[in-house]
Amino acid sequence: MQEEQQFKDYQREAKLFRNRILVMAGFMLILASTVVYRYYDLQIVNHEEYATQSERNRVHVQPVPPTRGLIFDRNGELLADNKPSFTLYVISNNQAELDITLDLLKTLIDITPVDLEKFYKAKKQRRHALDPVPLRYRLTEEEIARVAVNQHLLEGVEVNAELVRNYPYRDLFAHVIGYTGRISEKEVGAFTPEQVQRYSGTHSIGKNGIERSYEDVLLGQVGSQNVETNARGRVMRVLDRIDPKQGSDLHLYLDARLQETATAVMRGRRGAVVAIDVKTGGVLAAVSYPSFDPNLFVTGISVPNYRALNQDIDTPLFNRFLQAQYPPGSTVKPVMGLAGLYHGFTDVNRAIADRGFYTLPGSSRIYRDWILAKTGGGHGMVNLKSAIAESCNTYFWDLGVRMGIDHMSKFGSHFGLGMLTGIDIPSERKGVWPSREWKRGAKGQAWYPGDTVNMSVGQGFVLMTPIQLAVMTATIANRGVRYRPQFVRQIGDQPLAPIVESQLETKSEYWDAIYEGMAEVMHGARGTARRVSERAEYRMAGKSGTAQAVGIAQNAKYNSALLKERHRDHALFIAFAPVEAPQIAVAVMLENAEGGSSQAAPVARAMMDAHLLGYYLGQDEFVPPLGFHPAAIIKRANNYIAERKAAREAQAAAQSSASVSSAAAVGN
Amino acid sequence: MSRQDFLRRMPEAASAFSRRARLAERLHIDFFLLALLMALTVIGLLVLYSASGHNLLSVEKQATFFAIAYVTMFTVAQIPVDFMRRMAPFAYVGGVILLVAVTIFGNVAMGAQRWLQIGGFRFQPSEIMKLALPIAIAAYLSGRFLPPRFKHVVAVLGLIGVPTALIIEQPDLGTSILVATSGIMVLFFSGLLWRYIAAAVVIFLASLWPIWHFMMHDYQRQRVLTMLDPTQDPLGTGWNIIQSKTAIGSGGLSGKGWMEGTQSRLDFLPEGHTDFIIAVMSEEFGLLGVLLLLTIYAMVIIRGLMIAVNSQNTFGRLLAASISSTFFVYVFVNMGMVSGMLPVVGVPLPLISQGGTAIVALFAGFGILMAISTEKKRVMTPQG
Repeated sequence: MQEEQQFKDYQREAKLFRNRILVMAGFMLILASTVVYRYYDLQIVNHEEYATQSERNRVHVQPVPPTRGLIFDRNGELLADNKPSFTLYVISNNQAELDITLDLLKTLIDITPVDLEKFYKAKKQRRHALDPVPLRYRLTEEEIARVAVNQHLLEGVEVNAELVRNYPYRDLFAHVIGYTGRISEKEVGAFTPEQVQRYSGTHSIGKNGIERSYEDVLLGQVGSQNVETNARGRVMRVLDRIDPKQGSDLHLYLDARLQETATAVMRGRRGAVVAIDVKTGGVLAAVSYPSFDPNLFVTGISVPNYRALNQDIDTPLFNRFLQAQYPPGSTVKPVMGLAGLYHGFTDVNRAIADRGFYTLPGSSRIYRDWILAKTGGGHGMVNLKSAIAESCNTYFWDLGVRMGIDHMSKFGSHFGLGMLTGIDIPSERKGVWPSREWKRGAKGQAWYPGDTVNMSVGQGFVLMTPIQLAVMTATIANRGVRYRPQFVRQIGDQPLAPIVESQLETKSEYWDAIYEGMAEVMHGARGTARRVSERAEYRMAGKSGTAQAVGIAQNAKYNSALLKERHRDHALFIAFAPVEAPQIAVAVMLENAEGGSSQAAPVARAMMDAHLLGYYLGQDEFVPPLGFHPAAIIKRANNYIAERKAAREAQAAAQSSASVSSAAAVGN
Repeated sequence: MSRQDFLRRMPEAASAFSRRARLAERLHIDFFLLALLMALTVIGLLVLYSASGHNLLSVEKQATFFAIAYVTMFTVAQIPVDFMRRMAPFAYVGGVILLVAVTIFGNVAMGAQRWLQIGGFRFQPSEIMKLALPIAIAAYLSGRFLPPRFKHVVAVLGLIGVPTALIIEQPDLGTSILVATSGIMVLFFSGLLWRYIAAAVVIFLASLWPIWHFMMHDYQRQRVLTMLDPTQDPLGTGWNIIQSKTAIGSGGLSGKGWMEGTQSRLDFLPEGHTDFIIAVMSEEFGLLGVLLLLTIYAMVIIRGLMIAVNSQNTFGRLLAASISSTFFVYVFVNMGMVSGMLPVVGVPLPLISQGGTAIVALFAGFGILMAISTEKKRVMTPQG
């Protein structure tokens, strides 16, 4: 080393070094320039593009779901409201991380394989990789707490509250209000682009009943907000917001107390009750019993729950008042009588002699009146009034056959028979009010005289739903004005006008005759439902009916003991009250209850007592015997006390005035 | 200070020294360089506060490392340059031994074995090599005829090759490039003949294909491919580049403001506090901020090269030039990779990125620069 150093040319070395420094400095300058140019290019030339990209990273538009409109009964009682439900969402685009998160979640809260299956399905359908995917609905307070405590370990897990439907009366209004449920894939597929936008923040849709038919006004208008999200999709803050518009509230004609009364009376039975406000067509009560709890459907019903409802022999999911079709039997007799009067085939006083059976002219077939089996004879001399009161078939067979099928089938349209009532909930059925054309179309056969015989007492091909029965009754009570039955009275603060569907112009005395006949049913000495009017505080009109559940062979003796319970006749009853100025029309159908007057009529009485006198029954209250409603007893007691008090006061007043006058006399 | 040096001192020159120069000389501090480093320290801590998500703890930790680094720098500055030269072989051999130890005992982090734990102290031996290698090569070449002859060039390449290979094995491509660069720089400044340089460039280009196919790891190949087209895998390996370019570009001329960078604040930018910190700075302070930083860096490098040029002995000259130009390579590679010009190799932005060992090693380098800068004033050149 030392030797070499002596030979070194330090000057030349230094010059060489300075040279190299210059070369390196130049090289650095070039490289530094490219860096500067690169940053200039990114930050100045392409600034706009990257600024936009950065904003797109940061700001996301989120829909803000509107609050669904509430549903109230006629007295402002809340029938459907919204309550928060907590849903656990998972945000993830990394399968390995997701597996770890799910494993941890499984130790904290209950996650079923069904939940996981739905989660992966929803994950596949999300629009953006960082969209939250729902994993578990209806978290309990405890589960929320457990997730919250472990939040730091659960990246991308969030619990969000959303408002879901709640039905405080549970099964009471299930068939009327229906329910909301998760929007299905099929429903999304059928959405218009405008609907896709409207439902962008909403997870539920009306599936049934009023919830479905008034979906449009209940839903409201979706709002939106710009939110700042981080790279994992978590919302850091809300930048600005357009508030959603709440859905309109619905005010119904329904009276929750009347609905409750009907349910109380129906307990242990199967059937339907419909009560209509005569002057508007508003539905006061509509019960299909047994019913179900619509809350089960709101966030998705579990498979066992659904199976239990669906396989129940009493078919709680089946809406009897809207969809069950029965032969109306004798309940159509008032309409038949009116048709006879209207078309001049009978008059108010015309009477026939009934021997208990009827034969068509030139036919050997015997049509037996129900009284034949009971007393061995007929009703004797019957006119229209007593024929309705005693439910004499012979009178109407004779009237019907003379009138003919064409008059009958045409006349039915005044009462909405065989037609959709136009009620404001979906899936109504229209029954059958036959005509020659109908039979040719449906059965491929000509109309036989025997068909006319059956039809004139509401048997044979005739089918009606309880809601149709109620509309028919209300039309009679309204003297021919037929309103469209409606549940909704008011949307928001916008009242809906009653809709007149048809109007029958005929003589007042005809209506009076029908009313008298129907009042006789309830109040007359031989009225079929005379027991039901015991201790009545108003006059009512009614008509019973029996619908055969199975056909009974000619000459076969009807013996209910031999038939299984399910094969017994259905009991029907229609009624309205007060007779002088009708307010409420009721139709009752009890499956396999046999006696229209004995079984169904008391239900109608309870409904009218409740509506007209305020004798409501609680859902689980003991149903008192007819005329012995506790409220009636209390009312009578109060009246008695008030009378006694008034009498005492009158007496005291008389005494004091006497003493005043005597005092004045002393003063003088 | 040796006796010989003392005798050679020019008494008449002493009066020309200012008070400050004398102070600098006595303390072995280059005040100009110190001022620049302090400016970078302040900028670094400010940007780190924002980039770490307002985490005061990590800023405090970084400040502690800076404190250690400054102490290290002042300490190293006191070491006589000649002593460094004589200690060079031991530093080199020690460094290589530590690198070997890493491959045997090292801690594994993020798929690579880089850390060595001694007691409660954890450090990367490759950082030591960043200084030990140029010292060793400068020491080796300072005793030879310059420009170096072929056999010396081969020997130097051998000295470079051993630690570089060990670091590649860890694997840590970024550091191995920097270590090799620091050695090659010495060779370049020693006056390596241009024909050797030309030959090296040709060989390098020719070996690209075998390197690609046989020597590179999958993730390294992926980084190169990603740099060429980040949009190919926008959610995977391309994510970093797309997000850092977005961060830089959205900063514009004057930036979004301190702690207002949405790309970093909302976690779109990965590694925002370490290798990609320049993206945070670009987003928050814009092109003006970047130019300010580059100006300070440029002044540091120029100061370093001036120290090299003014150094009167070969060892100091080569070492100072190598340290300064390696510092440039740091800045260039980091800013290039973050802006998508170069593949992503883990090179931090010097003095700004979070990381303890790297900062201490850098400051040790500046300590050497200061030692060289303050030494030559006391030593008479052989030309007198």
